[in-house]
Amino acid sequence: MFVVIMTGFFIANENFLSARNIRIVMGITPEYIIVAIGIAILMISGEFDLSVGSVFALVPMTMVQLVHQGMPPWVAIALGLSIGIAVGFVNGFITLRFGIPSFIATLGMLYIARSLTTVATGGFPPPFPHELPNELFVFQFEVFRASLFWMLGVAFIAGIMLHRSNLGNWIYSTGGDTAAASSMGIKTNNVKMFCFILCGFLAGFAGMIQTFRIEAPLPSQGYLLELESIAAAVIGGVSLFGGVGTIFGAAIGAILIRFLESGIIMARIDAEWFRAGLGSLIIISVVFNTWVVRRGENMVHKNQAEENENNSQNNETVTESKDE
Amino acid sequence: MSNENIIECKDLNKYYSGVHALKNLSLKIKKDSVVGLIGDNGAGKSTLIKILSGAHSPDSGHIYFEGNEVKFKSTKEAMNLGIETIYQYSALIPQMSIARNIFIGREQTTFSLGSIGLMKTKSMDKAAMDALNDVELHLRSPDTPVNQLSGGERQGVVIARAMYFKSKVLILDEPTNHLSVKETNKVLRFVEGLKKQGVTSIFITHNLSHVYPIADHLCVMARGEKIADLAKEDTNIDELTDLLVNG
Repeated sequence: MFVVIMTGFFIANENFLSARNIRIVMGITPEYIIVAIGIAILMISGEFDLSVGSVFALVPMTMVQLVHQGMPPWVAIALGLSIGIAVGFVNGFITLRFGIPSFIATLGMLYIARSLTTVATGGFPPPFPHELPNELFVFQFEVFRASLFWMLGVAFIAGIMLHRSNLGNWIYSTGGDTAAASSMGIKTNNVKMFCFILCGFLAGFAGMIQTFRIEAPLPSQGYLLELESIAAAVIGGVSLFGGVGTIFGAAIGAILIRFLESGIIMARIDAEWFRAGLGSLIIISVVFNTWVVRRGENMVHKNQAEENENNSQNNETVTESKDE
Repeated sequence: MSNENIIECKDLNKYYSGVHALKNLSLKIKKDSVVGLIGDNGAGKSTLIKILSGAHSPDSGHIYFEGNEVKFKSTKEAMNLGIETIYQYSALIPQMSIARNIFIGREQTTFSLGSIGLMKTKSMDKAAMDALNDVELHLRSPDTPVNQLSGGERQGVVIARAMYFKSKVLILDEPTNHLSVKETNKVLRFVEGLKKQGVTSIFITHNLSHVYPIADHLCVMARGEKIADLAKEDTNIDELTDLLVNG
């Protein structure tokens, strides 16, 4: 799918894969990948977060306003990121404590956090304070920005955690079947809470990178990002029902969305078609994923049917000896 | 089978919002035996196993494990002592591989920080295959997702898991429900194998014909009470059927 789309746009405009265009797209993509990673992990644990787009704006806005209040930049960054953690905690607490769907709890948080961001501007967006060490996060190298390396770091740590650590095993089992996981002694609520917090933190961290890049804290930043990051995760093979997905898949999903956007512009198609393209991409990739899984299962069932035939002789003798 | 009791319950009572679900239940389970716990729906079988597995605690009464009184606060505590429960539906995570399922919550780790560490996947894969071979279940790869296994094979994986972690008592909640005749026989064979390896099993079912061939002892429940507790040599299938139907 990735290859098909990339080739298609390359044919439409050969500059699509030029260093310049890759530089532009990869300059903005890391932020989206980081959010998608957080969402993917949370979805694998069986929950949702619709508030990431609002947290994406609230966290950097908090940092900027704190610096304007005269706070040292690093303290402001730490406090800002802890807002992301706090929102994640509240999302998790409401969902798990009151047993309501995370869809609803975080939908509420979507509005609350967005509203707080606007209130924090006091009416108009503040200027970007240059005391903040934004070069560290977004410095433009030859082709890539520093944010790419931060993203790779996040992806590496998240990948090890999810795919290689026992915590990852708990996350998959919690999302796969919460009752089974807890009967095996997994504290499923703690696992989910961890994922909510991680998701909030990563959304805030990514929002900070975007604000540092454009050097303007906008209250509208990350509008509709929650749906786009769920889309990225789903395109990358994360299941809506939990228990299935990879970090790599979510990252590819996010990259694909950004290149789709850029490709449509480069192919001189009206940019309004981006959303239609994104919509089709979501549907096609999920249908495709489902088809692949079904096909795999059918093959296995066929093999099993044959094996059962072969074993039936043995089983019947066992039954007879038991009845005696 | 030895004469030692591995589990002894005395006068267990349990109420669920006013319903007397378990009435003065006393039960002795001998080491290395297969006990068939039978009864119709609502007879109190599930309540009893939830108490034995540590999921619920009794409102009154005592439980002795290997002669010592125990009070479980969680299933984890019961599992640590060697009482493992296999629930009807929720014992395995369908999307996860066999090896990962076997080690859920008890992963082999290295470079640990507190309880979190990297999993030793190779050694877990190997241990998983060995555990499956021990219960005579021969599957191709430890990486196969569990949802690609048949119902009987899944029960085999669960039993292999319990064996691997050296469980002393295995509680099986309706392990043959919704299985074909062939698959049921597979599961019965696994349970028979457990006895030889020194594992006591409590086999819960409402289908007498499944448990009768392999049980040493049969315990019939109705309306939260134990109405019969018989060694297999002292009874026959007709008497048990009568008890089960007429209470």
